[in-house]
Amino acid sequence: MALLEIINLTVDFATATGSLRAVDGINLTIDEGEIVAIVGESGSGKSVGMLALMGLLPWTSTVTADQISFDGQDLLNMTDKQRRKIIGKDISMIFQEPMTSLNPCFTVGYQITEVLCQHFGGKRKSYNKQAIDLLNQVGIPAAESRLNSYPHQLSGGMCQRVMIAMMIACKPKLLIADEPTTALDVTIQAQILELLIELQQSHGMALVLITHDMAVVAETAERVIVLYAGQQVEQRKVKELFEHPKHPYSEALLNALPERAQDKLLNAIPGVVPGQMDRPKGCLFSPRCDYAEDLCSQEKAPLNDGILCHFPLDLSKSKKPKAINLETE
Amino acid sequence: MSAISNASTSIRAQQWQEFWFYFSASKTAVAGLIFLILVILMALFADVISPHGPAEQFREFAKLPPAWMEDGQLQFFLGTDYAGRDMLSRIIHGSRLSLLAGCVVVVLSMSIGVLLGLIAGYRGGWIETLIMRVMDTIMAVPGLLLALVLVAILGPGLLNAMVAIAITYTPSFVRLTRASTLIELNRDYVTASKVAGAGPARLMFISILPNCMAPIIVQGTLSFSTAILDTAALGFLGMGAQAPIPEWGTIIAENRDLIMSAPWTVTFPGIAILLAVLAINLVGDGLRDALDPKLKRS
Amino acid sequence: MVPVFFGVTLVAFGFIRVLPGDPVEVLAGERGVSPERHAELLAQLGFDKPLWQQYFSYIGDIFQGDLGTSLITNRPVVEEFFELFPATAELGLCAILFALIIGIPAGIIAAIKRGTWVDQGIMSISLTGYSMPIFWWGLLLIILFSNTLNLTPVSGRLSFLFDVPPVTGFMLIDTLLSDEKGSFLNALHHLVLPSIVLGTIPLAVIARQTRSAMLEVLSEDYVRTARAKGLSTFRVVAIHALRNAMITVVTVIGLQVSLLLAGAILTETIFGWPGIGKWIIFSVFSRDYFAVQGGLLLIATSIMIVNLIVDLLYGFINPRILHQKSKS
Repeated sequence: MALLEIINLTVDFATATGSLRAVDGINLTIDEGEIVAIVGESGSGKSVGMLALMGLLPWTSTVTADQISFDGQDLLNMTDKQRRKIIGKDISMIFQEPMTSLNPCFTVGYQITEVLCQHFGGKRKSYNKQAIDLLNQVGIPAAESRLNSYPHQLSGGMCQRVMIAMMIACKPKLLIADEPTTALDVTIQAQILELLIELQQSHGMALVLITHDMAVVAETAERVIVLYAGQQVEQRKVKELFEHPKHPYSEALLNALPERAQDKLLNAIPGVVPGQMDRPKGCLFSPRCDYAEDLCSQEKAPLNDGILCHFPLDLSKSKKPKAINLETE
Repeated sequence: MSAISNASTSIRAQQWQEFWFYFSASKTAVAGLIFLILVILMALFADVISPHGPAEQFREFAKLPPAWMEDGQLQFFLGTDYAGRDMLSRIIHGSRLSLLAGCVVVVLSMSIGVLLGLIAGYRGGWIETLIMRVMDTIMAVPGLLLALVLVAILGPGLLNAMVAIAITYTPSFVRLTRASTLIELNRDYVTASKVAGAGPARLMFISILPNCMAPIIVQGTLSFSTAILDTAALGFLGMGAQAPIPEWGTIIAENRDLIMSAPWTVTFPGIAILLAVLAINLVGDGLRDALDPKLKRS
Repeated sequence: MVPVFFGVTLVAFGFIRVLPGDPVEVLAGERGVSPERHAELLAQLGFDKPLWQQYFSYIGDIFQGDLGTSLITNRPVVEEFFELFPATAELGLCAILFALIIGIPAGIIAAIKRGTWVDQGIMSISLTGYSMPIFWWGLLLIILFSNTLNLTPVSGRLSFLFDVPPVTGFMLIDTLLSDEKGSFLNALHHLVLPSIVLGTIPLAVIARQTRSAMLEVLSEDYVRTARAKGLSTFRVVAIHALRNAMITVVTVIGLQVSLLLAGAILTETIFGWPGIGKWIIFSVFSRDYFAVQGGLLLIATSIMIVNLIVDLLYGFINPRILHQKSKS
C-alpha cells in the first residue's frame, strides 16, 4: 500500500477579484522511502498542494479531492485535532525561507524540544539531549551551546539545518521539503541537499522535494511530477524524463538548463504563467508552447497516458536537440 | 496638449473609480459617509429644519421630557432643558458648531503641520532638528491639558478653543509628513526632478507632497473626529464655547445638575456627539483601507 | 528626552509670562497699587530682572525642587502635586488593567475569528467606545448604575464613614493596611465606575491594535512553522504569535499614557476624584497660575518617565533589540 495517496486535489482561493484556482486536479502516490520531486515555475501551485495536505492554508482557501490518504488514514475528512497528531510527527514540512520560518523570540533548543514535547509528552527540558543529538545529525557544530542561540544569531544555512532537525525530530515517515535551498547561497545549497538525502537514507523517510530547479531534480529524485499553472502535465521517472520528455513544457524546462544553452543565449521560455485573469481557453501552456497547433488553443488538453497534452512528444517530433544522456551530465 | 490633458483627466477619473471601488467595498464606511452627509445637510439647513430657535425659551415648558414619555409633547420632540429651550433644535444647531470646529481644527493643523513637515524633511539639518524638538515638546504635554492652558491664556470661547486644539494636533501632521518626505526624497523621481532643475518649492509641493497624501488624509479624518470630541470636552469643562451657545459639550455642562431630574438633557447631546464621531471614524476606516495598498485584503 | 524636558520648562515658564493683564494684579492678587508697591511686588515675583535671568533662576528653582507656591492654598506646588498624584496613578493603573484584561483577549478572538460576526461585533463595539465623549459616558453610567440602580457610589475614593490613614496614597493598599473593616471593598467599589470610564478608550484602542498585530503575526512564516509542528491552536496563538504581537501592542500602550491623563482630567471632574486632573482644572479656573505652571511641568515629566519605562520594557520583550544593545 502506498504511504501517501492523493487523487484529484484541487485548491481554490477566494480573492477580492473572484475565485483563483491554484491547484487543479493533481495526483500523487508515494511509497515508503521514495524520493519524489515536484517541479514547476512560480505560480505553478507546487507549494499550495503540499500545504493543503498539511492543513496549513489560510481561511480563504477551499480544498477538494477525491482522496487524500496517508498511511491508511483519511487526511481529507479528518478533524483539525486529529490532523495535528500527524503533522510534525509522521508528516513534516520544511520551508523556503529558513530565516523567517523560525520564531525570533525563542531559542533554537526551545523550538526543537517543543515539537518532541508536543507529540511525546513529558517535560520539555527532558528532550534537551535529543535536541543536541539532532543538531549533530544535521551538522551544526558546537551543538550544546547552540541550544541557547536565537535564530537571528544564525546564518541562513544554519537556520535551515535547525529547521530540518526540528522537523525530523519525531522521525517522520514523510518529509516535504518546499524549495529548501532557494533562499540560500549556492555553496550552501549543495550541502543542504546532501544532508537531506543522507537523512532520508538513514531514516528511511519518503521525501517530497519541491523545486523549480531541474538540476536539483536530477541529483536527488527518483520520480518527478511537472506542474504548470496548477495542473499536472507530466509524471515520470527522472531518468526517463531527462532522456525523453513527453510534454513540451518539460522539454522546455530541460532546455532552459544552463548546460543546454546554445551559443551564448539561455533557452528561456517566452511568456509568463497565466494568472487569474488571463487563463487561455484551451491548453494552459499553449500560448508559450513551441508545438502548439490550433486545436491546442481551442480545447483543454486531455490526459494522454498521464501526459496533459493534445500532442505528447515522441522522439521523431522533437524539434530541439535531443536530451543529453544523464550519465554524461 | 489637449490629448495629454485628456489623458490626465481620464487617469484621474480612473483613480477615482478605483478608489470608490475599494471604499465602497466596506459597507460600514459607506453607511458612515451617508450619515455624515446627512449631518452636514442638517447643519447647513439648521434654520429650516429645526422646529424652534435654539435660544427660544418656553418657560412654561421647562424640563419637559421627550415626546414618547409621559408628559412629553410632540412639539418638543426631545424634551426641553432647564430654561425651556427645545433640545432637538439646540442639538441641530449644535451640529454646525461641531462641524465648524472639526473643519477649522483640521485645516489649521493640517496646513501648518504639513508645511512644517515638508520643510523639516526636505531641509534637514538644524531646521529639521528645531522643528522636531518643538513638536516633541508640544507632544510631551497631553493634548487636552495643553489646550486648556492655551485657552487659559487666550480666554475661553469657541474660536480660542479651536485654535488651541489645532496647535495640539499639529505635531502629528508634522511627524507624518516628515517621515513620508524622507522616504520620498530618496526616490529616483525626485532626483530626476532635481536634475531637471526644479526648485525646492516645486519639489516639495508638486513632486513629493502628492505621494504622501494618503496617510495625511487618513490622519485628517481621525483629527476631525477627535476635534469634535475635544471641542465638546472643552465646552463641557467651561473653557470652550460659552453658554448659551448650543455647542453639544456646553449643553451637557449646562444641564449637568439635571442628570437626575431631566436625564434627557444630558443624554441626547452626547448621543449626537457619539453618532457624528462614529460616522467620521467609519469613513476614516474606509479611507484608510481604500488608500493604503498594503492593507488591501485579497 | 533632555531637550524635550527643557522645552517643556520653556513652555511652563513662558505660559505665565504671556498671560494677559498686569503680572502684579494677576499673580500677586493686588490691584490699584501705588507705583512703589508695584515695583516692590514686581521685584518679589522676580519680574523686574531680564527674561533670560528669570529663566535661569526658574530652572535653578526646579532642580532644588521648588516649583512655586499655590496662589490659592499657599502650599508648595510640588507638595500638592505629590499628595494628589497617587489617586490619579491608582485610577490610571486600574483603567489600564481593565483595558488590558478585556482588550487583549477581545483582539485575539477577533483576529482568530476574522471575518465572522464575532470579529465584526468586537470591532464595532470597540469603534463605538473609541467614538464616545468620555465625560458623557461617565455621566451616563452614573445615571444608570449610581442613580437608577444604586449599585455604585457617585463620587470620591472612599465612603466618609471610614477613616483610613494615608500611608502610600494608594487607597487599595492603605485600606488593606488599616484596621477598618470593609474599607478595602469600599475603596474597590469606588474605583469600579471611574476605571471603566477612563479605561474605555484605551480598551478600544488596545483591542484594535491587538487584532491587527495578531492578524499580521498569524500570517508570518514562523507561525506556519509552528502549525506545521502540529502544535495546538492555543499554543500557536498564545505562545508563538502573541509574544511577537505584543511588541506592537506594548508601544501602543505607551502612547496611551498621555491620552490617559487627558481622560483623567474629565473622569476626575465627573466622579469628584481627588487627583491631579481635578486639581489642574480647578487651578486653571481659579487662576492659580503657579499651580498650573508647576502642574504642567510635573505632568509632562511623569509622562516622559513612563514612556522611558515602556521603551525599556520593549527591549526586554524583543530579544533582537536586547542583543543589539548588549553588542554595542
